[in-house]
Amino acid sequence: MTQMPVALTDLEIGEGGAIAHIALPPTHQQFLTRIGIVPGAEITFSRRAPLGDPSVYSVDGTEVALRAETANYIFVQRGHFPRLGDMA
Amino acid sequence: MTAVRTQPLVACPGKSSEIPKREIHTVALIGPPNSGKSTLFNRLTRLRQKVGNYPGITVEQRVGLLTAGGPEIKLIDLPGVYSLTPYSEDERVAVDVLTGKMDGLPRPDAILLVLDVTNLSRQLVLAAPVIALGLPILVLLNMADVFTKGGGSLDVLKLAAELGAPVAMVSATQGSGLDAVERFLREAHDRRPGALLPILQDLPQCRKWANQLSHRVDYQRPLPSVWTRRLDDIFLHKLWGPLIFVIVVGAVFQTVFGLGQPMSTAFQDLLTSLGQQAAPFISNSLLRSLLLDGLWKGVSSVLVFLPQILLLFLFIGILEDSGYLARAALIADRTMRSVGLNGKAFIPLLSAYACAVPAIMATRTIENKRDRIATILIAPFMTCSARLPVYTMVIAAFIPNRPVLGPVVGTRAVAMLSLYVLGFAMAVATAKALKSSVLRSRDVAFIMELPPYRWPKWKSLGLRLMDRANAFIFRAGTVILGVSILLWALTYLPMHNGQPPAIADSAIAKVGHFIEPAIRPLGFNWRIGVGLLSSFAAREVIIATMGTLHGVDPESHGMALQEALKSDLTPAGAIALLVFFAFAMQCASTMAVVRRETNSWKWPILQFLYMTAVAYVAAFVAYRVTLLYWY
Repeated sequence: MTQMPVALTDLEIGEGGAIAHIALPPTHQQFLTRIGIVPGAEITFSRRAPLGDPSVYSVDGTEVALRAETANYIFVQRGHFPRLGDMA
Repeated sequence: MTAVRTQPLVACPGKSSEIPKREIHTVALIGPPNSGKSTLFNRLTRLRQKVGNYPGITVEQRVGLLTAGGPEIKLIDLPGVYSLTPYSEDERVAVDVLTGKMDGLPRPDAILLVLDVTNLSRQLVLAAPVIALGLPILVLLNMADVFTKGGGSLDVLKLAAELGAPVAMVSATQGSGLDAVERFLREAHDRRPGALLPILQDLPQCRKWANQLSHRVDYQRPLPSVWTRRLDDIFLHKLWGPLIFVIVVGAVFQTVFGLGQPMSTAFQDLLTSLGQQAAPFISNSLLRSLLLDGLWKGVSSVLVFLPQILLLFLFIGILEDSGYLARAALIADRTMRSVGLNGKAFIPLLSAYACAVPAIMATRTIENKRDRIATILIAPFMTCSARLPVYTMVIAAFIPNRPVLGPVVGTRAVAMLSLYVLGFAMAVATAKALKSSVLRSRDVAFIMELPPYRWPKWKSLGLRLMDRANAFIFRAGTVILGVSILLWALTYLPMHNGQPPAIADSAIAKVGHFIEPAIRPLGFNWRIGVGLLSSFAAREVIIATMGTLHGVDPESHGMALQEALKSDLTPAGAIALLVFFAFAMQCASTMAVVRRETNSWKWPILQFLYMTAVAYVAAFVAYRVTLLYWY
């Protein structure tokens, strides 16, 4: 069953997926690429900052914080990936 | 699963005896942010260098000397970069150095590439473009100890063969495996073309290559730290998170302000008495005055900041190295965003309430250049401790203490609080204006890696404190010294028969009279003008200057000076003076530090003009309004 990609901000905590596309200007994309946020990368929603925003995502095993204003434009194909530390 | 063996530590691809040897004079050290590159640099050179557990720490390049059992080799520390696309300033620096385009630096003969092996598939992205440069290269897989302990594994030999370069497992924090560097530098050869590497600029392709490569070398990531997750469950908890944040921030503030202030005062007293004790030994009165009133006073005015600077940096260092600073920035981001800044600006701005100098030095943790400059520009608006003695003196002299809110909160407390609010409000307004115009960010507004928690290492903290102290004393100190000697000379000239003039006839009084027309609209006379001029060296200097001008000793006759001030200022003029001090950039140390941190005179000069203009206009308005409505 294929689902439509959803924005990172639509994920529940612990949910993850593969990045489908990023609807941001090229300069922003380039910036994101450098820390591993690229189409195809596996990303999991780890937690929210205490005041609700930014949120922490786990990409390739690294925790990265993004504001919703950025995460809104990163779309993922939902799938299950274990949350960082769940295997321990 | 292939376990990592400790032998061989260095894996070399094939024989290289047919390839000509190269003589090594200059080596570049490159690696992604947070790969432990700075710790390694310290290990290899024993030179002071900032080390931190926070992405993007190395914003300036440093050069050290390295002895590999032979002639001395220059080691260039490059900024931490994720790639070689010359997109950010850091990456441009890295590319320029590596290709020999950086002024004053020779093109490196060899490269040390540092990668955090606990996060290899990601860090390998940088390997492709760096190896493709074709220079002799040694790949150092750092944090081998953490990697092995966490159960990670990979085939080092296969990785070396794939990269066409020797690979060594090292631990910079423990110092293990570093003999590989020495051997490499002694025997470095020109590289022959190794694996098929993706094209330099294409990042997605580099990533794909890195991912596939880590599969081919049977890379197994170590288990993620359970502790980091558990600690984040507390430190980023909805309720406990902000509570702990407030406590931590309060502790930093309390320490720098509460403990640092008396330490600075005690230090000042010590320095003053040292000067007084030296006085009888200098017989020539002019020389004595130059040495003590000019030189020593200047030196002391710099040194008194040291206790606060060291305390603040000890605190920030512990927070940074442990990994908490990144969490604090995450929590603060929501609030900082409302003024157009990001969470990383919070700690520097808070520190500015103690002193803008260490605060501006602390902005190094902000890797977004525009955000960093905006933070530097607004930091001096925060009410620093040097304004306090001025506020206290003027308020005590001119504002009668009447109860406002019960017996505790009086008019004087309200006046003091208003001045704090005034500085803060102007900082916010300036930040908003800057961030929505000239310093609008083109980058993603806020993006931050949260490194795993680690124990801070005392040695690296100590090295950093030394480094901060040195940078401050030598770079900022020279400017202050010049300014204080100039001020001294102005009070001593013109000489008559070898005697200094009376203060009213001195060159500084002439300057005071000269600027009087400009400051009369603010309600200031020439004496206040001289005080203002001298306060541009450091704010609190105005007290000593007014004391000298009135011939009273500020230490013993505090009340007398307050009385004397009333002959210079009307109450409206006093309000204007307070407002002027709230906004003006009267601190040579701050200017020197801004010059150093932004690496240009452009920003400190703009900042000085802007703040002084704001101060002038605001003081004028305050003067007229007070005249109209109150006095």
